[in-house]
Amino acid sequence: MKLTLKIWRQKNGNDAGGFVTYQANDVNKDMSFLEMLDVVNEGLIAEGKDPVAFDSDCREGICGTCSLVINGVPHGGQKATTACQLHMRHFQDGQTITIEPWRARPFPVVRDLVVDRDAFDKIIQSGGFVSASTGGTPDANAIPISKDASDAAMDAAQCIGCGACVAACKNASAMLFVSAKVSHLGLLPQGKVEKDRRVLAMVKTMDEAGFGNCTVTGACEAVCPKEISLDFISRLNRDYATAVFKSAWGAK
Amino acid sequence: MNIFKAIFCSSLGKKYIMGLTGLALFGFVIGHMVGNLQIFMGQEKINAYAAMLKSVPKLLWVARIGLLFCVGLHIWAASQLVRENRAARPSRYEVNDPTVTTFASRTMIWSGLIVFAFIVYHLFDFTIAPDYLGHDAKDRHDVFKMVILGFSNPFSSLFYIIANGLLCIHLSHGVKSLFQSLGFSTGQFRGWFDRFAVVIAWVIFIGNTSIPAAVLLGFGKEVL
Repeated sequence: MKLTLKIWRQKNGNDAGGFVTYQANDVNKDMSFLEMLDVVNEGLIAEGKDPVAFDSDCREGICGTCSLVINGVPHGGQKATTACQLHMRHFQDGQTITIEPWRARPFPVVRDLVVDRDAFDKIIQSGGFVSASTGGTPDANAIPISKDASDAAMDAAQCIGCGACVAACKNASAMLFVSAKVSHLGLLPQGKVEKDRRVLAMVKTMDEAGFGNCTVTGACEAVCPKEISLDFISRLNRDYATAVFKSAWGAK
Repeated sequence: MNIFKAIFCSSLGKKYIMGLTGLALFGFVIGHMVGNLQIFMGQEKINAYAAMLKSVPKLLWVARIGLLFCVGLHIWAASQLVRENRAARPSRYEVNDPTVTTFASRTMIWSGLIVFAFIVYHLFDFTIAPDYLGHDAKDRHDVFKMVILGFSNPFSSLFYIIANGLLCIHLSHGVKSLFQSLGFSTGQFRGWFDRFAVVIAWVIFIGNTSIPAAVLLGFGKEVL
């Protein structure tokens, strides 16, 4: 396959950045998108040029590190697929592909296609955990959990924190991410104890980081590689409202 | 925790304000349509209805101030949210693929602003400074004749029809979103709210525009 790549190049956070066009003439259709970029980079290195910086880690779709907006869609628009699991057979020979980083104020560009997602870590640090000493592994079924609750919690726990929801949202809202984390912990008995405190703290940190607000367009859900549902945002709205009212009236 | 701070200063809280005021205004739009459709029941019925609405001035003013308050809060929260949204995405994408998002969901601020301008015009047109102030046989304001006269102007009618189209585009997204923002859209409820919003938007569009359309087609000509 022959491809024309329009790639965002930016030296550092202070650089204005811009697009540079590259020709990739030797692309195998069975390569993943990141492997294709590796080949392009090998060519650049051989020419003595700076390779394109992009994030990657597990390359099997479970770590949430890759962060490419491909032709205007985070992770490239294949259903439930991260960029590393996206294969070149989904593109046509001779196609022009535009590759950009996540664009959101809380995700500043570090270099080229690499963005700083510390804002997500700060949200997790503010409440995305269960503060209990766990000791050894408990016996299976020692704590009864309903099938419905465990299914919903597992659906939410699928979130890998890649930030595609923020990248796809026209408002750069992080609500799908926050809602997944709040629901995943709040639905289970171990996490329920701190449910109110958690949702208040995580929403506060999300707002302070400068993310936008949900306008229910559904773009986040559509691009999410783990298919996190908009239902969780509604659940987040509900949990936050109950937490606000309970804490305002001093209810436990 | 200060409840006002939690609602007025947080992202989610401002969405609750949008949802609750939106719900109140949506309720008004339904009542307004149902009331006005009485015009098809004749001059007597609609003039009596108009007189009834104004029969208890205190109640009328409670409703008016309440609606004004909702409109004000709705616009205030929207302006805050839009400002935050724009600040959150300082640089645009080179390629913009809207994926599954609807036209209505991407243009809420514009449909909202145009509908607001229309509401101001509409209030001057029929409430604050109507062109026709004549009375009927029972000495009530002849609302029937005022409406027929107003909509006999094809430009005015066309403007009403276009503005109602925008209102209904706004509602097709707003009504489903208010249930989402207020935390009700989970599980099978989501599908119901999504369908309800589209159906009710069409009902309101057809209901409201049927009046100018009927007048343009000759309804009520006998009073002119």
